[in-house]
Amino acid sequence: MQVTEYKPLIVAFCCNWCSYAGADLAGNNRLSYPADVKIIRVPCSCRVNPMFILRAFQRGADGVILCGCHPGDCHYTTGNYYTRRRMALLFSMLDYLGIERERTRVEWVSAAEGAKFAATMNDFVAQVAALGENKRLEDLRCKK
Amino acid sequence: MQRIGVFVCHCGTNIAGTVDVKAVAAALKNEPGVVFSTDYQYMCSQAGQDMIKEAIAEHHLGGIVICSCSPRMHEATFRKTAAAAGLNPYMVEIANIREQCSWVHKDMAVGTEKAIILGKAAVAKVNLNTPLTPGQSPVTKRALVIGGGIAGIQTALDIAEAGFPVDIVETKPTIGGKMAQLDKTFPTLDCAACILTPKMVDAGQHENIRIFSYSEVTAVKGFVGNFDVTIKRKARYVKEDVCTGCGLCTEKCPQKKVPNEFNLGMDNRRAIYIPFAQAVPKVATIDPDYCMMLKSGKCGVCSKVCTAGAIDYKAKDEYIEEKYGAIVVATGFNPISMEKFDEYAYSQSKDVITSLEFERLTNAAGPTQGKLLRPSDGEHPHTIVFVQCVGSRCEACSEKGKEYCSKICCMYTAKHAMLTRDKYPDTDVYVFYIDVRTPGKNFDEFYRRAVEEYGVHYIKGMVGKVSPEGKKLHVQASDLLAGKQLHIDADLVVLAAAIEPDRSARPLATMLTASMDTNDFFTEAHPKLRPVESPTAGVFLSGACQGPKDIPETVSQAGAAAAKVIGLLCKDHLTGNPCVAHADEMMCNGCSTCERVCPYGAITYVEKEFRMPDRTTKLRRVASVNEAVCQGCGACTVACMSGAMDLRGFMNRQIQAEVDAICK
Amino acid sequence: MQEITREALLSRAAELFRDGTVDRALGWRAGEFDYDVTPGVFTSAEELENGFVWNDFCGANFSKYLIRETGLTEKKVLVFLKPCDTYSFNQLLTEHRFARDKVYAVGVPCAGMADVKLLRDRFDGVTSVEGAEGGVLVHTLYDGDVTLPQAELLPDRCRNCKSKKHVAYDELLGSDGEVLDSHRFDEVEQLERMTPDERFAFWQNELSRCIRCNACRDVCPACTCEKCVFDNPASGAANKAPSSSFEEQMFHIIRAFHVAGRCTDCGECSRVCPQHIPLHLLNRKFIRDIDRFYGEYQAGAEVGSRAPIVDYTEGDIEPGEAVEGGARHA
Repeated sequence: MQVTEYKPLIVAFCCNWCSYAGADLAGNNRLSYPADVKIIRVPCSCRVNPMFILRAFQRGADGVILCGCHPGDCHYTTGNYYTRRRMALLFSMLDYLGIERERTRVEWVSAAEGAKFAATMNDFVAQVAALGENKRLEDLRCKK
Repeated sequence: MQRIGVFVCHCGTNIAGTVDVKAVAAALKNEPGVVFSTDYQYMCSQAGQDMIKEAIAEHHLGGIVICSCSPRMHEATFRKTAAAAGLNPYMVEIANIREQCSWVHKDMAVGTEKAIILGKAAVAKVNLNTPLTPGQSPVTKRALVIGGGIAGIQTALDIAEAGFPVDIVETKPTIGGKMAQLDKTFPTLDCAACILTPKMVDAGQHENIRIFSYSEVTAVKGFVGNFDVTIKRKARYVKEDVCTGCGLCTEKCPQKKVPNEFNLGMDNRRAIYIPFAQAVPKVATIDPDYCMMLKSGKCGVCSKVCTAGAIDYKAKDEYIEEKYGAIVVATGFNPISMEKFDEYAYSQSKDVITSLEFERLTNAAGPTQGKLLRPSDGEHPHTIVFVQCVGSRCEACSEKGKEYCSKICCMYTAKHAMLTRDKYPDTDVYVFYIDVRTPGKNFDEFYRRAVEEYGVHYIKGMVGKVSPEGKKLHVQASDLLAGKQLHIDADLVVLAAAIEPDRSARPLATMLTASMDTNDFFTEAHPKLRPVESPTAGVFLSGACQGPKDIPETVSQAGAAAAKVIGLLCKDHLTGNPCVAHADEMMCNGCSTCERVCPYGAITYVEKEFRMPDRTTKLRRVASVNEAVCQGCGACTVACMSGAMDLRGFMNRQIQAEVDAICK
Repeated sequence: MQEITREALLSRAAELFRDGTVDRALGWRAGEFDYDVTPGVFTSAEELENGFVWNDFCGANFSKYLIRETGLTEKKVLVFLKPCDTYSFNQLLTEHRFARDKVYAVGVPCAGMADVKLLRDRFDGVTSVEGAEGGVLVHTLYDGDVTLPQAELLPDRCRNCKSKKHVAYDELLGSDGEVLDSHRFDEVEQLERMTPDERFAFWQNELSRCIRCNACRDVCPACTCEKCVFDNPASGAANKAPSSSFEEQMFHIIRAFHVAGRCTDCGECSRVCPQHIPLHLLNRKFIRDIDRFYGEYQAGAEVGSRAPIVDYTEGDIEPGEAVEGGARHA
């Protein structure tokens, strides 16, 4: 019997000014991370609507990670502060609903932190892979 | 649905080495909307760009996707290419298959699969792109400088020299600010007045500079390039254009008991006064709180002695409105109140003074004509104790002072100590410090001279208590290095009071929608890369309103702010970033939530009449985004519950389409 | 028994109509049965006299209807507000949803409003209900007349009433109360103490009943959007038919998120849910987290306050810690 290795699907929202540049730097330095990570560029982490995150889960993502500038370094001064509050509340809510908290993460990655970007992605992919496929959000309404 | 062209770049082997570019081009050919798909060795080369232009023309493309390096690298290049071919530059999307794919993945199959998915996401997005045109707004070629201290004067002079008109608004009757009160300046010890007053005169006489002294900014509307500012010109009861500044009135005025704020209340002035001899404008001002004529209608001496006929007891506050393209904030600082530091007996003894009072006591134009005399009895002090960090570097939890370092105190105290020892070698001078901080050109040398050449006693430790005992001040302090308590009987105690932003800064920041930190210092747009700009476009920062600063630093920042203003005023029009927020008025609830999260104050609310489906009209409150001010962060789009607020170039639907394409 | 009588409310309303202060009133209207009380708009004192009811089933919160009604008249709209309704009233003012000067708000004390569901669970064939000494007198077809202590019919929002104090009114009939030290977060904390699997099972059980009737949204005084994102084709979130079972949880999570920091915890969502899903437990989770992470905040307590979700401090808790924190606090 052949066992196919489980590949999680990870959506990463990266802010244009820090984390997207950090991801580029990881590329420049050829620091590899799994191809399961697909990056979506947003101007600022505060552009990420909780709707996008749920949408990703709805369409089959197994994990969603948000990356932005470090608090205090936001290109727009305060954007990531709002991100921090919104995501703290949203993730806490998902946890409350019994959704594995390991499927969501916020990480601050600066434009100089290519290595941190790669390491974060390696870690997050491993973490989500350990959980397996995302069934809970799908099944939340389906009483078996 | 757009007609989309896909261009997959090999980037030599940078991409083609790990991504099967032909397979990517072939796979994307089948995506909805794609009518043309190809690959090429170097898309960014002239030949590659020509190929894109030809394809746009030949296939009537309405949108293009370039699968290549990072958009941070060549997005601008390909936008120009598209524009050259007659396609709106914002109909271009880049799939980053180099930095975020071929360079980080080693396996060809894996890399190719991911590149296809990234390509699909870009195609899905470009399908929803709309042509965007950057907005243009005209620039009023006039600058406003708020605050007429050395920072404001320098900024105004630099802007005026570049040929642009500048107005300085100063709340005091004269420009000059704190520097005018100083005696000598560190580390060169040249006299403050000698280097400041020529600049004041320059400002006063410059054809491009208008000085509104004894005035305040009361309202600011508009945005970068187009500010409408209301300036209140307080009634000074003296006609500015008639007064010759002869000063006769200030000698004849019978009201002699007015505390002189220029000398920090250490002597008195008259009710009609000129703050100091070199004031600009050199015009008298009547203090309405003390003038008998204004208070009771009995006096009129100044009017009688004024041969020019400049006195006008009936003057009223006037409001003028002016347009500006740029605003520079130079509101400066003040020493904090010593109220909460009564362990130093500031309120109990006249001989406990602040450093700024010390400056006045040593200034030739000061209350003692420059002789260092005790304020209580006019005797020469023989033992002087300087206390550093009074209210600076306090613990965060302490309610008393400031958490930050006031930065200038170490140096001016070294200056005071040195000058005292120089003029009065028989004086013992003690300086109590936490740390001596002297970074700056020739600063540490200066401090070491105070210690080594002038024999100032520097003692690491804080003063615990000052108690007046007879004619002496008993100072209890600790010497941390020697590990013992010290008791000094001093004649004079000088407190290096922390400095704080001027009180006018907070309401001004609200008017300007410029952000401030918790200490009421203005925040800069970027702490390293944009230190003289406020996050609010068109508002610039000069001097200590942004943080504690000494004179050399203030002057360099003032010049930098001027350079930024000149750069702005040089332009006839400002071209905006078209990727800005936009409110769908029919969906907007008018709830003001977006307004609260906007860091730029770009959102305002307007009452607008709408025609409703039932043919009635209805007045509704809706959000309106100023596209010249919005920077496109998108904070408002998430704050908006109804989804009325959206960000052009990164619309909700576009990002969701990308999510869908990736997760399919 | 409510402190103030129907007659007292009616006579004051009649005066306000007579002196021309108001030309319409938002009040409770009788349904088929005594417990079927529905919100109604009355345009004259006579209409009120005939249709207005005031009893232990007047749970409906009228704040939201002011948005529409204030736009339909040149005069003021009379509205009766129970203490918890006044919070919604203030919250809507904060959001500029209606003009304060178009409203004449009469505060009425509230002793708690009975839950129809609890009544129906208890008895079959209820014919009528009336207030009586020591509780509620229920006339039933099968069990005869039964007198119950009112407390036995109170829903969670009244058992754990957060405030008997009116935070807004033009005129108060009867007495004002205090902000109460309620146990309204006990259930949230109980859920937090469960394992993730247990929580998941709990919510799966609850949310599986959702029929997406939108009653919770339609009644919610915070859900006042001109057009809900879930109805707006341009938002990308609207689907005519659910494409997957995910639609409903998306709806509930996003709805709770949209009202986070704005929800006054009035409990209307749970009151109207035909499937009896305890929706207030979602909103209360956000309120609880906001209180914990950013300091206590009661939406609607004062007009113009800034909700923590549109605010920040430099030292805020990180999202990773926040999830851990929620569990740790439990």
